[in-house]
Amino acid sequence: MVLSNRTWKTLGLLASVALMAWILSPPDRRPELTVATVNNADMILMQQLSAEFQKRSGVKLNWVVLGENILRQRLTIDISTGSNTFDVITIGSYEAPLWGERGWLVPLDDLGADYGYEDIFDVVREGLSYQGRMYAAPFYGESSFTYYRRDLFQKAGLGMPLQPSYEQVRQFAQKLYDPEHSVYGICLRGEPGWGQNMAYISTLVNTFGGRWLDLDWKPQLTSPPWVEAVSFYVDLLSHYGPPGASTDGYNENRALFADGNCAMWVDATSAASYLLDPSQSRVAATTGFAKAPIAKVPNGAAYIWSWAFAIPTSSKHAPVAKQFIKWATSRQYIATVSKRFGWLRVPSGSRKSTYEVPAYLEVAPFAPLVREAILSADYTKPSALPVPYVGIQYVDIPEFQAMGTEVGQEISAALAGRATVQQALALAQAEAERDLEGRSLK
Amino acid sequence: MTGTVATRPARHLHARSLLAPSVAALFLWMVVPLAMTLWFSAERYNLLNPGKTAFAGWGNYRDLLTHRALWVAMGNTLFLVGLVLAITLIFGMLFSLLLDQDFPGHHICRLLVIAPFFVMPTVSALIWKNMLMNPVFGLFAWITRSLGFGAIEFFSRMPLLSIALIMGWEWTPFAVLILLPALQSLNPEQVEAARLDGAGPIALFRHIQLPHLLRPMAVVAMIEMIFFLSLFAEIYVTTNGGPGLASTNLAYLIFRDALLSFDVGRASAGGVIAIILANIVGLFLMRLVGRNLEDWR
Repeated sequence: MVLSNRTWKTLGLLASVALMAWILSPPDRRPELTVATVNNADMILMQQLSAEFQKRSGVKLNWVVLGENILRQRLTIDISTGSNTFDVITIGSYEAPLWGERGWLVPLDDLGADYGYEDIFDVVREGLSYQGRMYAAPFYGESSFTYYRRDLFQKAGLGMPLQPSYEQVRQFAQKLYDPEHSVYGICLRGEPGWGQNMAYISTLVNTFGGRWLDLDWKPQLTSPPWVEAVSFYVDLLSHYGPPGASTDGYNENRALFADGNCAMWVDATSAASYLLDPSQSRVAATTGFAKAPIAKVPNGAAYIWSWAFAIPTSSKHAPVAKQFIKWATSRQYIATVSKRFGWLRVPSGSRKSTYEVPAYLEVAPFAPLVREAILSADYTKPSALPVPYVGIQYVDIPEFQAMGTEVGQEISAALAGRATVQQALALAQAEAERDLEGRSLK
Repeated sequence: MTGTVATRPARHLHARSLLAPSVAALFLWMVVPLAMTLWFSAERYNLLNPGKTAFAGWGNYRDLLTHRALWVAMGNTLFLVGLVLAITLIFGMLFSLLLDQDFPGHHICRLLVIAPFFVMPTVSALIWKNMLMNPVFGLFAWITRSLGFGAIEFFSRMPLLSIALIMGWEWTPFAVLILLPALQSLNPEQVEAARLDGAGPIALFRHIQLPHLLRPMAVVAMIEMIFFLSLFAEIYVTTNGGPGLASTNLAYLIFRDALLSFDVGRASAGGVIAIILANIVGLFLMRLVGRNLEDWR
């Protein structure tokens, strides 16, 4: 069909009118929030549920979802250079007080009386505060404890106490070590990194009675508790651990345990709901839980961590961002998740009220232990010795990222058999001293 | 005649002024980042302590040069470049010679040999780490174990060799991609003549094919060197530079300073040292290759 000249003109006119109308129409006035978050299962669930929030509040959410390490790098560069990319960021209890102190975050102590501040675990709230003001709202919290295989223990005639000592752990590991059947006595983090092997090793050193720094901020890595703790760790893992342990991080160990390759595993409590999910884990029916082991002193034997939302001061949408944070970290949100996905999937470890729900306690047999671990963690007294810092599995100073990473590298070298424990710790001490050199004494 | 002589300088000027914008853009493209790196490398600047920026002079360089990590990283960088170059050139050559033959299914074979090059570095590193080299559930461990040997702990016992193996697998196809067409461009009459003169396959390779391939091999070496000097993804995914410093190269060391310690000053100084090293290696390689080419002629 050939269109006449006139039809063309009419069509052109109509098209230009439509174009004008589109250009002149009022722009989408809905406020937009850019949210940076970590790709953990709980956060991905929240992303699905956020459609409800967007509908109700009329706020549009743009997501930037990254892995933990990349997210941390991205956010640190972003916030320290004052660029204005994100309205809501996801940070941990390491960053919140530091960045609060620098004035990089908007205080979050005015979310309203109905928010239920008193319902948040005190230690979680304090971990996200600087000088009594909360700078980040906890989405979920976690501590560390011991996972073990009830079936293997039963078969070997062993009984796991409520809180084992590390000497007992060594004996259990020795008895249950069965490489013929790919069952290893114990799995522990070996991959270097301050959030990887050092998170675990810090708790081990704490319970051996050691500390990162003395009151003059001098690293203590060659002190007897460190030598003892790291020797124990290297000895335990290289005799009864899986092969190649020095490259296994949290995810690798979780896969090993879920596949039935580990008799014991000491790690984050947040892995429990994954291990109890039969669609993801072969040991869902046989996994047991105990407190984190202790060696000499109870101080700092289990760590505490929380993932939380915060607002950079550079954000132009702080009031709207607060609405979002209030929604995502509220009791109602937890109730919504339980209704849609079941109680095993709720973000836990941040609110006391979760642990009073019978339905939750029923599906999560580990819940009382998690609650106890969180309640007994005291991040101001990580060591039996006096320390100038706060933080259990980290030291809450900016220099720690460098120090923790370098020390972690040296210890993984000792674990891989490339250096003795003494050599590794001597090198680590030198690195740590270099990192703290420029630190002004407070 | 006189007219053209008079206008030539003017036309030159004209041409130059037309070129100027792109030259300026390229110049800025290169010089601004370089100048900023140089400037930062002389600053004491940690992102986490933004208030405490100060001029450091040679401080960052002194820090780096007196520290073991830099020398270990430099050694690892050179070792990796050398080893992976050797692996890719040798295997690239062997595969090219093989694929140059006419055998049933050689088209599919060529495709399969080239394929690894198109897998993203992080993906192939993850596959190697978790599915092949994992000492508990990896394929290699299964093979060695069913043969009655223990599992090899690749990344803790021999991290550099393992990474070199992955890199070799990724980059051999690139060498094939360059060397195979070069081999095919060899004049068949020359080969025929050599055969008539009684040359066996080894003599043929030594005196005809290898000399013919030297130039493309130099190209492969140069291009690969540029990529291997800044090798990062495979290390990041598999070993995180460890255990200890065993697989930390310069690029990873700079990453560690910049994005794990947020020490911009030290990372920039490391960057400048890396530039210098790259130039030295480049110059050295260029000379070596150039001399070889002349010798063969």
